[in-house]
Amino acid sequence: MPFEEIPHTADWCLRVWADDLAGLLSESARGMNWLAGTKLANKPKVKHIFETTGPDGESLLVAFLSELVYFSEQENIGFDDFEIDIKDDRLTVEMHGAAQISVSKAIKAVTWHNIEIKETANGLEVEIVFDV
Amino acid sequence: MNIQDLKYINDTEWEIPKGYRHDMRVPVRIFATRELLEQVMGDKSLEQAVNATTLPGLVGAVVVMPDMHQGYGFPIGGVAATEYPRGVISPGAIGYDINCGVRLLASSIEYESVKKDMDMLATALNQFCPSGVGKAGVIKVNLKELEAVLRDGSAWALKNGYATQADLDRTEESGTIKGANPASLSDRAKQRGLTQIGSMGAGNHFVEVDVIEKIFDEKAANAMGLQEGMLAVQIHCGSRGLGHQVCTDYVREFQGAVQKYGINLPDRELVCAPMDSPEGQAYLGAMSAAANFAFVNRQLLAYSARRAFEQTLAGKTKNWHLHQVYDIAHNMGKIETHEIEGTKMKVCVHRKGATRAFGPGSPGLPPEYQAIGQPVIIPGSMGTASWVLTGTKSSMLRSFGSTCHGAGRLMSRTKAKKIVRGDVLRQELEQQGIHVRAGSLAGLAEEAPLAYKDVDAIVETVSSAGIAKKVARLKPVAVIKG
Repeated sequence: MPFEEIPHTADWCLRVWADDLAGLLSESARGMNWLAGTKLANKPKVKHIFETTGPDGESLLVAFLSELVYFSEQENIGFDDFEIDIKDDRLTVEMHGAAQISVSKAIKAVTWHNIEIKETANGLEVEIVFDV
Repeated sequence: MNIQDLKYINDTEWEIPKGYRHDMRVPVRIFATRELLEQVMGDKSLEQAVNATTLPGLVGAVVVMPDMHQGYGFPIGGVAATEYPRGVISPGAIGYDINCGVRLLASSIEYESVKKDMDMLATALNQFCPSGVGKAGVIKVNLKELEAVLRDGSAWALKNGYATQADLDRTEESGTIKGANPASLSDRAKQRGLTQIGSMGAGNHFVEVDVIEKIFDEKAANAMGLQEGMLAVQIHCGSRGLGHQVCTDYVREFQGAVQKYGINLPDRELVCAPMDSPEGQAYLGAMSAAANFAFVNRQLLAYSARRAFEQTLAGKTKNWHLHQVYDIAHNMGKIETHEIEGTKMKVCVHRKGATRAFGPGSPGLPPEYQAIGQPVIIPGSMGTASWVLTGTKSSMLRSFGSTCHGAGRLMSRTKAKKIVRGDVLRQELEQQGIHVRAGSLAGLAEEAPLAYKDVDAIVETVSSAGIAKKVARLKPVAVIKG
């Protein structure tokens, strides 16, 4: 798994790494699903297109994950397949998922706490703190 | 940071001087014993408090309570006041669960006389008070009604038969924050509110039945209607997904505002805007609306708890009524007047995991609390005690009328789950005479008492420091968790 949980006293922290920004976004989403213990129905499949703009990768990442938090809580829909397109400051994600059978832990929000996408020898890396 | 970096004031008070880091605008004042401080030296609580001192327009000091722990951006247990209206307001320094707080209801029901009914009462409370992830609430409202809730807060609940005037009189700000502006909320925030109004949620939120174990201040207890051996109920929850969405929306929007107003901060979660700017005004209107939603949310759960008590105890005890002691927020930004270095100033007090604790004679308190000060409710951690305190004159002068808010987490949720099994914990609590209803055993394990600090030590600290006064200690007998 290209992500791991980092200990945090009250909330949840996830470290994610990937080759590029598109990969970092999709792995962050998968990591968030893993933390929340999200299980999806096999069908019917749901498709949703998300578009946003932001001045940097961190802004796009928080906006994208916040979209998933909203759909999980409000629509009971989870997504596990992402086609990500990033052009300049514009992010477009075609995502596929299904109804959530179960979620073992709710994520209230995706925070901006010390968020910084870093370039490392292995690609990009970020730590994300979730309010739970 | 080491304890050696802190300036010792006395056994319950410490300071991080303004010179500790070049970008600090004010010092950090910490209320804690050495032992409690040592418990947080391994996390980022104090580093986050230092980061908070960089907010523009701060006055006095950033204050940290003994139940502090690492949060995101601002530490949990933190209090910061900014000059109104030129100083800033920071959504991240208030938190995602806007107006998360606690309501205490008390009764004349003798625990021993209904002890045999407690299991049934726990089941009834679990049925009447919806809990869990994103679950629907006790009532359904349309958009027009929701906007009335956001604007009018508890006054809406009174008008619609879910509250009494006595409930409103014993709620912070009477349950209505003025200046709430429903138009400042996104459609998504409102959508989340429509489906979740009147629900507890999950995480550390709960409804708990307690027995009043010991009274420490007879005069204050009499004013609150608290008697030893009688049942009381605590309701802990906030503004649910509506508040989370408001904070999410504005932290994102304020990423641009800090650039617009030339504000440099060490953490993007602390983003802020001057209160007299269009961005600051919009957030103030939205936060106030979310706070009103939270007051109504707890009111609806109180209404439901009363129904559960009636269904279970009618005919078994003479008076099953639950009267309100107080309802108080511990995640909020409030415009208040405080004396700072001898001068009265209007400020915005950011409290994140800290409770308002107004002393005797403070404006806004009902007549029966004028002499004793505002009731402060400190929930424990399921198997441990909870406390009722009052605010003091000293809290007004030294902590912007604030005190602690709970036991404070000590251990990560992951570690708690590794150490504690939910089913075993439930069994242990049941053996102690605590009836437990939990939506998830994993969730129960995360909230195990060992994951929290010793609430008695926290209360002793604020009491010794003089920023709260002990009134009563409560012991849990039934816990309903999401």
